Amino acid sequence: MKKLVIYKNRCKACGFCIDQCPKDALSFGEEFNDSGYAAVVSDENLCIKCGTCYRVCPDSVFELIEE
Amino acid sequence: MRTLMKGNDAVSEAAIRAGCRFFSGYPITPQSEIVEYMSWRLDEVGGSFVQSESELSGISMIYGAAACGLRTMGSSSGPGFDLIQEGIGYIVSAELPTLLVDVVRYGNGLGEIVPAQSDYWQVVKNGAHGDYHCLVFAPASVQEAVDLVSHAYDKSEEYLNPAILYYDGAIGQMMEPIVLPEMKEHDPDQFAWSIKGRGGEPQKQVTSKCYYEYTTPESYVENLRTKYAAIEKNEQMWESYLTEDADLIIVAYGIMSRTCKEAINVARKQGLKVGMIRPITLYPYPVNAFASLPDNLKGVVSVEMSALGQMVEDVRLAVNGRKPVYNYATGKMIPDTEEFISYVKNVLEGKEESV
Amino acid sequence: MAKNLVTPKLISEFNRFCPGCGHGLIAKMIAQVLEERGVEDDAIQVYAVGCSCFISTVIKADSIQAQHGRAPAVASGVRRARPDAVVYTYQGDGDAAAIGLSESLYAAYRNENTTAIFVNNGVFGMTGGQMAPTTLEGQKTATSIYGRNTELTGQPFKLAELIAQMPVAYVERCSLANAKLIAQTKRAIGKAFDNQLAGKGYSFVEILSPCPTNWHMDPVKAYKKLEEVVAEEYKLGVLKDSKEDSK
Repeated sequence: MKKLVIYKNRCKACGFCIDQCPKDALSFGEEFNDSGYAAVVSDENLCIKCGTCYRVCPDSVFELIEE
Repeated sequence: MRTLMKGNDAVSEAAIRAGCRFFSGYPITPQSEIVEYMSWRLDEVGGSFVQSESELSGISMIYGAAACGLRTMGSSSGPGFDLIQEGIGYIVSAELPTLLVDVVRYGNGLGEIVPAQSDYWQVVKNGAHGDYHCLVFAPASVQEAVDLVSHAYDKSEEYLNPAILYYDGAIGQMMEPIVLPEMKEHDPDQFAWSIKGRGGEPQKQVTSKCYYEYTTPESYVENLRTKYAAIEKNEQMWESYLTEDADLIIVAYGIMSRTCKEAINVARKQGLKVGMIRPITLYPYPVNAFASLPDNLKGVVSVEMSALGQMVEDVRLAVNGRKPVYNYATGKMIPDTEEFISYVKNVLEGKEESV
Repeated sequence: MAKNLVTPKLISEFNRFCPGCGHGLIAKMIAQVLEERGVEDDAIQVYAVGCSCFISTVIKADSIQAQHGRAPAVASGVRRARPDAVVYTYQGDGDAAAIGLSESLYAAYRNENTTAIFVNNGVFGMTGGQMAPTTLEGQKTATSIYGRNTELTGQPFKLAELIAQMPVAYVERCSLANAKLIAQTKRAIGKAFDNQLAGKGYSFVEILSPCPTNWHMDPVKAYKKLEEVVAEEYKLGVLKDSKEDSK
């Protein structure tokens, strides 16, 4: 079972992952991270663990690991 | 074993024997023999030579190789040495050693290819921006140039600061009998700082030391002050010649000191008590040579092959108002003995104006 | 078990790039490429001046900061001093195409066995978004406030095409515009390093990258602009591959 890990404090809320996600599973969160950005969150019901967000994120916010 | 060699060739061979294994440069008279010599000689000893597209690029390659711990050398003259200044500034800021040779030609801009000493300000005061000096060595003979090469490398590595061998086109071009030093090996990995890929160690950064090592304003300033104070305290080199009883002291370096020495010998035979201080290091300036001046001394004359007289500023600082200082700047001419002695007589008779 | 997708060990947790800046993404791909080939401990990166200079704080490989524009020359010295190292340059467009054009061309001309990563975002980023040689016609920048006038300043500068005229191993222009093109960019970076490891000579990868801050755009719109506007001027693809050329 793969798990999407989101390092929310690395996120700068550029939104590129949200734009590129093939399943529209990502969105800006309600909470601000330590740098004051509305860090991205994932909808577990929509995410297919394809790794696109990992590949496009400029700030290494995502990791996809086997649980 | 004594051998007869041209100054530029001898300096090149001395660098090879001191362990220099990287050279990059661009032809310009009167230093081109160094580029030519290194082009084949480095290959023989397993080193690398690159004839660069410009001096800007050449000094950059030297910077890269020096960062890897190699003994490196660059050389140029006049307008070419201008372009090297950018790289000197960065090598200074990253605290790396290298040896640069400035074979001085005369004049501003493109100028002329004849020998001169008119780049004193550039090499001694600093040609790039910022707070620094290069170690500057001014040999008066081919043998002394050869001997200073190895010393300059050692000091450059000791203080992590570029060194410049500064001589005029005459010393670069003339042949003299010399004794070359033995071949020395240099291990680039002997330095903790030398770049080779992490190899499992933490990342190393070669850049201005203010970013990683001396990160507070205080430590950065302290490091620079400590380094240059130590150089000024420990590294002054000069030759004093017949100064103890002198009525007049000549200050001259490089090729000009040889003319002056001959003139002093002739003057002494005429009863004129003239002596000489010959700076061998121009930075640090040998102020200790001026510490005790004879009571009977009437003045100090700075002699230099430049139009304005550049070193005379440092002579004045070293004399510090104790005696009158005279500026005998010869332009591109090496004065003959007669002319020089008549100037000396004029000074002693109070017919010349001090600066 | 499928391979985990994790942050490369060479990459530092945080970087100083603006939101949406392409530099972080390119850095991550370089680090991945080095680690996938097991050469991260042999890597020496040479960078110079501009936003690209933050690379040494993002990729924790041994690093040398060159004078502005001189990274290819510094890397040429490193290449000779360390024949076994993996040597690469990382430069922006002002750095490599303006002040350092001569060094860029001559490193390629000598076919140095190094890898050059060239990030083209069309502006001088760090100094506040001034016009670069790569700025598009009509593009407003801090030194072309009415839009770049190509009559006076010349056409957008095609460094990859120039490098491809040299006797080099490989030249490709890539883009970060979308996930597919990013994957292609990573393949190109990989090939550029494989060439070096095989001793094939100089490999040059130009990467079209967004500068949302100085383009004064929302990051997502900046990535869209790469696809819709920038790629019209800067054609993607392989411009030189010496292996294919020799077929």
